[in-house]
Amino acid sequence: MPDFYGTPVASRMMLGTAQYPSPATLEAAFRRSGAGIATVSVRREAAAGEGAPFWALVRDLGVRVMPNTAGCHTAREAVTTARMARELFGTDWIKLEVIGHADTLQPDPWGLVEAATILCAEGFRVFPYTTEDLVLAARLLDAGCEVLMPWGAPIGTGMGLANPYGLRALRAQFPDVPMVIDAGLGRPSHAAEAMEMGFDAILLNTAVARADDPPAMAEAFASAVKAGRLGYEAGAMEPRDMAAPSTPLIGRAFLS
Amino acid sequence: MRITVNGTPEEVTATTLAEALTALGRDGDTVATALNEEFVPAAARAATPIAPGDRIEIVAPRQGG
Repeated sequence: MPDFYGTPVASRMMLGTAQYPSPATLEAAFRRSGAGIATVSVRREAAAGEGAPFWALVRDLGVRVMPNTAGCHTAREAVTTARMARELFGTDWIKLEVIGHADTLQPDPWGLVEAATILCAEGFRVFPYTTEDLVLAARLLDAGCEVLMPWGAPIGTGMGLANPYGLRALRAQFPDVPMVIDAGLGRPSHAAEAMEMGFDAILLNTAVARADDPPAMAEAFASAVKAGRLGYEAGAMEPRDMAAPSTPLIGRAFLS
Repeated sequence: MRITVNGTPEEVTATTLAEALTALGRDGDTVATALNEEFVPAAARAATPIAPGDRIEIVAPRQGG
């Protein structure tokens, strides 16, 4: 089982809580996914007490909560949001997002490192949503991050692993750093691919919440994560260009 | 005095952040606060003065990805 900041987690799947068609569907999706970590956010409310039912539902799930700084575009915004989230949710875990590009929601590398440096110094357990960039990864680790969350593809696209080369390089460069593929996964096969590459877990939301049957899709992803991880641990064969007979030639009947 | 709460202008007579939350009917909620973009812990609200033009953010748990 993976270990994040000294905390072993029972599932390699993290699930977001946004965009579900109903609270009951959200709850059912979590139950069938087996996810041990739920991402949440802090937001203004239109009316007093509006968020209470949601918070009660999440607490009843019995999962670890990881607030995010989604929507923040500067380090300062992200740091203030993280501080509010720590008080509100009673956890020092934070999924750090500092968005640098409006269309792709690509992280701002400089803002990300700046915010991570401040938050790690304040005792936060930072899970930075980052690109697969090796240099940025090194800077985040220098800042005190002990986990990285590289994107598979831009948030909400469902494209899967857009840059497998970059992700493989990242995985190989920092073999001992727990890494979670966050964002962009659309199909269970994407999750299996990420796990086969040796990533420790995945975090997804839209692919489940927007499926025709979110609880079934949650279970499908959970199965894919297990299959992919087992495949990684089992050690896959290397592909080759030329055919190689799988049945022994020795002893073949001479029929012509 | 006039302040801004979650982006909306509000008229309050409160002198501290804690009093402002009470005046806004938010003191019983599970919320976190920021004053002029700086986090203010719950324990510090009563000792945090507010001034005309201040910007208060009040946030609560919500769905997220």
